[in-house]
Order: sequence, then structure tokens, then C-alpha cells
Amino acid sequence: MSVMIQIPTPLRTFADGRAEIEVDATTVGEALGGLVRRYPDLARHLYADSGALRSFVNVFVNDEDSRHLQGEQTPVKAGDTVLIVPSIAGGLP
Amino acid sequence: MSRLVLSARHLVAIERHAAATYPEECCGVLVGRALDGAEPGSLVEQVLPARNDRQDSRENRFLIPPEVILAAHKEARAQGLDVVGYYHSHPDHPAVPSAFDREHAWPGLSYLIVAVEGGKPADRRSWRLADDRERFEEERLDDPVKKAGQAARPGRRKAPGREGRRSQG
Repeated sequence: MSVMIQIPTPLRTFADGRAEIEVDATTVGEALGGLVRRYPDLARHLYADSGALRSFVNVFVNDEDSRHLQGEQTPVKAGDTVLIVPSIAGGLP
Repeated sequence: MSRLVLSARHLVAIERHAAATYPEECCGVLVGRALDGAEPGSLVEQVLPARNDRQDSRENRFLIPPEVILAAHKEARAQGLDVVGYYHSHPDHPAVPSAFDREHAWPGLSYLIVAVEGGKPADRRSWRLADDRERFEEERLDDPVKKAGQAARPGRRKAPGREGRRSQG
């Protein structure tokens, strides 16, 4: 399934400046995997050293937060739009 | 060195937010546009205060959920602008990012931190995450009203002596 991943502005420099990337995938996890295979420099900003998606990285499929669906196993279909949206968190040590 | 161009009016609005939420951390979104040229950075056009969505530990943690970020992006794009960074406060702690801040940051954005001591804004510094995620690099805070050559130096800076107009962000 061909889906479009929208790249957030701060990460576009690691994706040849592109705002959108088309990938073939059937799940959110596959879509992100295809993205970082094409642009490996994105990986450290999306995934922790453990290989898990960073806790502040959220993935929306057509405006639905995949964490409220099936996480990285959330199905995607042709024509879907995948958005990478951060939570913003921080604070004192 | 990168720079964050932020008017005194916007800085006053951010510091008022920080003081009002003390001893809890405040947070918000910086909307504007990227600056090109010899001195890259960002120009802040709007300040969007956000609610700290943490259910606990708001004295030393803050959270802006993704739905709010998505809405901020949509609002920015509708005006031909973009989200250029975020701000938060450090109650009774220096305006220096923590390891927790670094773990939750992305490069290419400005992270403005206001140190609030005893309820009063005491310092404000802005930072950008290095591409390798190993450290933050401080960026210069500039006031667009100041003439060239009189830009603020990074680090401590006194708060404006007069109250500015309310930010319309």
C-alpha cells in the first residue's frame, strides 16, 4: 500500500529537505521502517537506542493518533496520510 | 551561532506566564519563521501559551500533548508561519536544559527556558539540540527592535524595566 508520510519541519534536513515521502507499507511500523531505511539519519530522532519509538514521538494516521489504535501495528491503506507529531516534554532532572 | 529573534513584548508575555504558574513549570509554543542568511535562526511572530498537561510532578515536568502540537501547527500554517520552537520554565533552577529535556528534543527547533527564582523570572536562555543529540548548543537571543550590532549576548540578561504590551499570540 502506498502511503504518504509527512515529515515535520525540524526533521526535513535529514530527509533531503523533503516535506513528504511516499512509502509502501501495511502498518505504521512498516511505514516508519521504510522511511528510516531511505533516510537513516532520521532514525536517531525517531527511535531510542533500545529500538523502540521514542516516547515523545506520536504517529497520526489521517488525524487519528495511532497510540489510541494499535500502535505501530495500526494498519494503513493506500492513500492514507501518516503524520509524525511530537509531544513536547521536558523538565528538571 | 544560531539565534532566536524574540521581541521584548513576547518575552514579557512568556515571563509573565512563567511567574503565574510558579512553582509549577509553564510551557508554550513559539510560532514564526526560519531566518536564512549568514546568521541562521528563527523569528518569533506569535507566542502560544499551553497548559502543562502533566497529571503529576508539574513542579519539575511539563507536557504538551500531540493534539495541541498538531493544532498549533495547523494554526501556524494557516498564517503562512511554522512552529519554530517551544518554551518552558525552570522553577528555582537555572535556564539550562536537563538530560530529560535533551531526551525529548528534536534538532532544528529553539527551546527557550526561563529560570524563575522565588516566583520572579531571573534568566532566559535559548538552546538548540545538536544533530547528534549529544548536547544542546546555546543560541543568541535577539530583540528585533535593537539596531544591528547591539544584539543581546547569550546568557544572563535583565528583564525589561517596563512592562510591555500583552502578546497577541
